[in-house]
Amino acid sequence: MKTDVKEVLENHQQGGRDSLIPILQEIQEREGYLSEEAVVAVGKHLHIPSSRIYGVATFYNQFRFQPTGKYHIQVCRGTACHVLGSATVLAHLEKLLNIKAGQTTRDGLFSIEIVACIGACGLAPVINISGEFHARVDEARVAAIIEEYRKREETL
Amino acid sequence: MITETMTDVRQILMEKLLNGETEPHSHSSGDLLRALRRETLLKPVIYIGSGTCGLGAGADKTQQAVNRYLDEKGIDADIVQVGCIGMCSAEPLLDVQLPGRNRLCFQKVTADKVVSLLDSALKGEPSEEDILGQFRNGHTSAWDRIPFLDEHPFFARQTRIVLKNCGIIDPVSIREYIAHGGYQSLLTVLQTCTSLDVCNKVEISGLRGRGGGGFPTGKKWKFANQTEADQKYLICNADEGDPGAFMDRAVIEGDPYRLIEGMTIAAYGIGASKGYVYIRAEYPLAIQRLRIAMDQARSYGLLGKDLAGSGFDFDITVKMGAGAFVCGEETALMHSIEGKRGMPRPRPPFPAVSGLFGKPTVINNVETLANLPVIFEKGEAWFSSMGTATSKGTKVFALSGKISRTGLVEIPMGTPLRDIIFTMAGGIRNGKKFKAVQIGGPSGGCITEANLDIQIDYESLIRAGAMMGSGGLVVMDEDTCMVDVAKFFMDFIQRESCGKCIPCREGTRRMLEILESITSKPVNTGNQSLTRFRGIIQLEKLAKVIRETSLCGLGQTAPNPVLSTLRWFRDEYESHIYERKCPAGVCTDLRTFRIDVDKCTGCTVCAKKCPTGAIIGARKTAHFIVEEKCIGCGSCEEACKFGAIFIRE
Repeated sequence: MKTDVKEVLENHQQGGRDSLIPILQEIQEREGYLSEEAVVAVGKHLHIPSSRIYGVATFYNQFRFQPTGKYHIQVCRGTACHVLGSATVLAHLEKLLNIKAGQTTRDGLFSIEIVACIGACGLAPVINISGEFHARVDEARVAAIIEEYRKREETL
Repeated sequence: MITETMTDVRQILMEKLLNGETEPHSHSSGDLLRALRRETLLKPVIYIGSGTCGLGAGADKTQQAVNRYLDEKGIDADIVQVGCIGMCSAEPLLDVQLPGRNRLCFQKVTADKVVSLLDSALKGEPSEEDILGQFRNGHTSAWDRIPFLDEHPFFARQTRIVLKNCGIIDPVSIREYIAHGGYQSLLTVLQTCTSLDVCNKVEISGLRGRGGGGFPTGKKWKFANQTEADQKYLICNADEGDPGAFMDRAVIEGDPYRLIEGMTIAAYGIGASKGYVYIRAEYPLAIQRLRIAMDQARSYGLLGKDLAGSGFDFDITVKMGAGAFVCGEETALMHSIEGKRGMPRPRPPFPAVSGLFGKPTVINNVETLANLPVIFEKGEAWFSSMGTATSKGTKVFALSGKISRTGLVEIPMGTPLRDIIFTMAGGIRNGKKFKAVQIGGPSGGCITEANLDIQIDYESLIRAGAMMGSGGLVVMDEDTCMVDVAKFFMDFIQRESCGKCIPCREGTRRMLEILESITSKPVNTGNQSLTRFRGIIQLEKLAKVIRETSLCGLGQTAPNPVLSTLRWFRDEYESHIYERKCPAGVCTDLRTFRIDVDKCTGCTVCAKKCPTGAIIGARKTAHFIVEEKCIGCGSCEEACKFGAIFIRE
């Protein structure tokens, strides 16, 4: 885990303050979230206090401070999705997985995140599970999709 | 890796570009260009619409099925991944072009349909049921009895400038872009214009910012052009945070070179040697294609040092946004690029004087920049001949919500809103009644039936209580609760408020609380009933304060959705407050359930399901719901096998 952070920092040898966000993004890309150690290491590298880095990282919606599940479910809560019932989809997902948005299931398989807009409004409501898009979802489809992922996991 | 043949091709293309000819005389380069435009084909070509929306609808599975089909049958055909032609509701889209014939567009081609569709289409006998239409092309022969795509109601009224190549060409092939007339404008600019000429032409064209504000682009450039500095910056704002708008994504996914060319022209106009594309991290495909396109442009000498031998240097860096709506505001965006919290600062100084890293900076939206190549290709007079007195050219709108056809349309300014919704988008889904259209996202407002005949331009929308914004149109029908919509936007805005100034940070929060108390379970005790009663008056007062005292655009426009729904749908607010009913049945909290005593068998399932213990009754006797305890969640209704539970009207 440490090596990931090191590698990212090595790629940004010359970086100044303006490479802070790209560095954090790269770390999250590799590790799934920003750990305390990572934030401290970035601070040392850029000569910025860790508190400032937390200040920046917590400002933006993208950064997470807890690991996500193996399948990370992003539920789009854009206007078009809202009008077509994304709130019920979210509620149903939360009920199905027995977690709230922002949490991860105990088995570490699923986590739910609310995102502002995925930009696929023409196919609303949309969810994105670890990069795979599912369009025009409703309660029944969500249940089927989760079941599919669970099966996929069993056969692994 | 540039192979020898590629170098040849580049030579030919660059020659053609540099000589500024439209029809090259050298036979071989003419053949090449025709081949790149796919006017002469040696084998069939299959195009797959692979934008984010296409992939969401299953285009990747369709593509796998196509690959399998071609392998199994041993058919030699090209597969091209294209962007999106804009008709999201018909995705996945698959086009087939046979040598010498017009390209055909098929709709809703899911993986299971691929075999039968290709069987017939490749034989030259396409099945008509899945066909959306044929593309018009003067160089290949038309199909009988198949309608032309440009006669389809979705496309008929469009004028596609920005979206011209989207869904048509291979988005990551610079050769195809050049063969379709790309980079002509940039070379003309570099060879014949001074930087001030460029600003003047853009000013005369009447192009205004497409990102929301509508500031004249040429004027903005002139400020930066006339500021002396050792370094200037151009920033392309692709942080399309406005929920309901996705045209920037479509342009970058479908035609990234148009943006790069536009940015280069803009940079030349203001004298910037460094550019940034600030793009949302939620658009991975767009980022990937943009990066490929930038690399190719560099290898062709069209990005980097000494562009096309003119001595002008310009290069672009991609910066991924980290998800903050406020970063659409230009000073906040610059802070974000500098690696700080994306908070706006007071203006002046304007970015054109002191912007990124304290240097003169111009920030333009993707669509604004994508308009530039055509302005210099066809002339500023041509551009300003389109549109209304104050708004020139075209605008791309993202249609979504409860309409039959969703997607992207590009229309000349001045088109009536009614035509877009009822002709192009095909009206409301499932025969429901139109209620309102939200335009301009969280900063905009809604437009009702009464104002549907307005001709779209910057001013008329503001008069109608909305704004152009980035061009998201979310259509709502009778089943949508307007109070809920206002609450949705307020929730969004208060979460996205950066927290720097108090009216926006506290005011939006307070407005949300009022809206929540209006839509929450009626409680007759304490302050809450008082709040409900005073709700509307307070909302209007608060809205005025927030609008007048906030620092940036986000705060100043934050109350708009509430104000505009209050203006047009006051009766809905009133029935939430006085009758405690949601006319559209959306606000679950205001629902109360009843049990039909004749149908209830007393099985006790509902009582066990009820999370608040609101259902009482003995086994095998009819049950009863205690209204004060019921939170309207509906789990009892779901659980009841006898249909005995219903919503009280």
